[in-house]
Amino acid sequence: MSYKPELLATASSIEELTRLTDAGADAFLIGEARFGMRLAGEFTPEMIKEAVELAKPRGVRIYVAVNNLMDNNILDDLPGYLSYLHEAGVDAIVFGDPAVLMAARKHAPGMALHWNAEMTSTNYSTAEYWARRGATRFVLARELNMEQIEETKAKSSMEIQVQVHGMTNIYHSKRTLVNSYLDHQGDSEKARELDQNKALYLMEAERPGERYPIFEDANGTHVMSSDDICMIENLHELLVISVDSLKIEGILKSIEYNERVVRAYRQAIDAYLADPEGYTFREEWLDSIREVQDPNRELSYGFFYKEQVY
Amino acid sequence: MTSNTKSAPRYHGKRYRLDRPELLAPAGNLEKLKFAIHYGADAVYIGGQKYGLRSNADNFSFEEMREGVEFANRYGAKVFVATNIYAHNEDIEGLEDYLRSLEEVGISAIIAADPIIIETAQRVAPKLEVHLSTQQSTLNWQAVQFWKEEGLPRVVLARETSFEEIEQIKKHVDIEIEAFIHGAMCSSFSGRCVLSNHFTDRDSNRGGCCQSCRWKYDLYQDEERMYEEGEDQFTMGSKDLCMIEYLPELIEVGVDSFKIEGRMKSIHYVATVVNVYRQAIDAYFADPEGYELKQEWIEEINKAANRPLNTGFFLDAPGAEDHIYGPEEKAAPYDFAAIVLDYDDRTGFATIQQRNHFKMGQEVEFVGPGGTFFKQTVTELTDADGNPLEAARHPMQHVRLRTLKPVKAMDMMRKKIR
Repeated sequence: MSYKPELLATASSIEELTRLTDAGADAFLIGEARFGMRLAGEFTPEMIKEAVELAKPRGVRIYVAVNNLMDNNILDDLPGYLSYLHEAGVDAIVFGDPAVLMAARKHAPGMALHWNAEMTSTNYSTAEYWARRGATRFVLARELNMEQIEETKAKSSMEIQVQVHGMTNIYHSKRTLVNSYLDHQGDSEKARELDQNKALYLMEAERPGERYPIFEDANGTHVMSSDDICMIENLHELLVISVDSLKIEGILKSIEYNERVVRAYRQAIDAYLADPEGYTFREEWLDSIREVQDPNRELSYGFFYKEQVY
Repeated sequence: MTSNTKSAPRYHGKRYRLDRPELLAPAGNLEKLKFAIHYGADAVYIGGQKYGLRSNADNFSFEEMREGVEFANRYGAKVFVATNIYAHNEDIEGLEDYLRSLEEVGISAIIAADPIIIETAQRVAPKLEVHLSTQQSTLNWQAVQFWKEEGLPRVVLARETSFEEIEQIKKHVDIEIEAFIHGAMCSSFSGRCVLSNHFTDRDSNRGGCCQSCRWKYDLYQDEERMYEEGEDQFTMGSKDLCMIEYLPELIEVGVDSFKIEGRMKSIHYVATVVNVYRQAIDAYFADPEGYELKQEWIEEINKAANRPLNTGFFLDAPGAEDHIYGPEEKAAPYDFAAIVLDYDDRTGFATIQQRNHFKMGQEVEFVGPGGTFFKQTVTELTDADGNPLEAARHPMQHVRLRTLKPVKAMDMMRKKIR
């Protein structure tokens, strides 16, 4: 049996895609905000084609995010976009909205479909429901813990994808909340000047020091986690249960940072595959990430070892 | 109250349908269920012991559901159960039995978001209708078409859909559309928020939401805080939805079920809001051409309001004026004071059950289904045995009060608080 987990990264540009391929990424999630949600950068259809052409010869897979909450207006554009992706040789599309599933059946037949409904992709029975309707991969919500991931892998016939590094979205509104606030403050001048490159974040009185990035785009307002998941120390726990895809989320990070992170996980995965029995975690992998980690953002285990109540 | 400055969309004077939309009300417990139906709801939705998103509400046992269904049947009303969590692996066990029990006690429909709950219900409890919950964030007609093909008779749209989008959806797909028309709103896409999970380890999509969107935050750009001392902080908290001023538009665009939010709200809130929408819907259908919004409806709604009101996404995208930046003040200057249990024609005294302190000399008002309403002062008040009282001090205490006009069981009494 040959288990080869996929190391999945995001890319903000062709340059990043090339550099992260060199660093050891096996696959990329890219796309554009018109169809995809919270992407590291914008890839026009032409750039997607270019990405596929760069990636194919190196055995690297390209997945395109078509996982927005779709409104009526975008429906007319979906068929053309999906058949374009299909013809361009994209390896899979990522969807959440059933409208995409319906359009893909017709306009991208045979294309692999990754089901990702973000924080609402929470159980394998529902993933199997989507599998019966064409989905091939289950992208697990980041709020699941190790026990739930293990059970999912054991019981599901689908490929499963787990995020192992980076920030996660914790709130998504269609409202333009930053601009609304600045308007309320009488600062519409400032609202216009808001620079995408300048980091906006929220802090809450009871949680000093925890910075929750917030940004607005065409899809609304997004609040992100104050910590970055980092599972490199315990990566073997995911490898031992044969998780199919390990995702590094690179949104709001520099190429240098993502390069470092991809390289570290690549080394860990390769070391494990070379000798699963004798594998041990090496501190230097984590150290290389720590060197570039924003001191204001904690590296954490996310929800991997948490028990939640309700 | 919502300002009427926004222009209402026009639907070319054309009415798609002449059957009455359903008025669907929340019922947090059996008593609220009875009041919601008595005040005019065509259907109520409740939560059971499992699979609902209000783990803090006093949810219904199967026995209570049975009683609720029997009560509803007497009015020709229906009872729906919210099973709208996003399940985790461990929640699936027991689901089949739960759904079979709902069917067995006479529940008409479940409101579900998670497809596995939908599919399981269709398989094991075929008499239960399945309505797609707003938690699925359905915004487009193609997705609505998908759910129709999956056998669902009704979709509850995302609260982010506008009049125009609802019109397009109705035009493309022949399916019942349910829309929230009144009550509190998630400011996020429903279900797309795990603030509670991150802040308090409570799972928002399984009923643990602690309303972190209504907390106050500091907004920073780099190291600079984006407000001065004394200015309002950032928040995501939204004003509440109120569509009473756009009732004809809601009817004419073809919304099949008008949904009121609030399984955690009081009897007084639910009965008051239902009462107003019932009257407005009936007035519209009695005379669509001559229909006019009554000022007293708006006054009534304001007496129950918990927050300032707005029109959500129906007319345009919410902006600064649609969020609550300052301190959140209770809007309503009235408190629920008592429920009428009985009225004695001979003496002109009502027996009422105290729900809030009130006293002699206080100004109160009586409200009943269909818009019956009068004000009076408390002039004669006794305990159940006829001994004079200065005040009704004890919760649930039965007291007798002379009323200016005849009243009926389940009428409500309010007092003015400021």
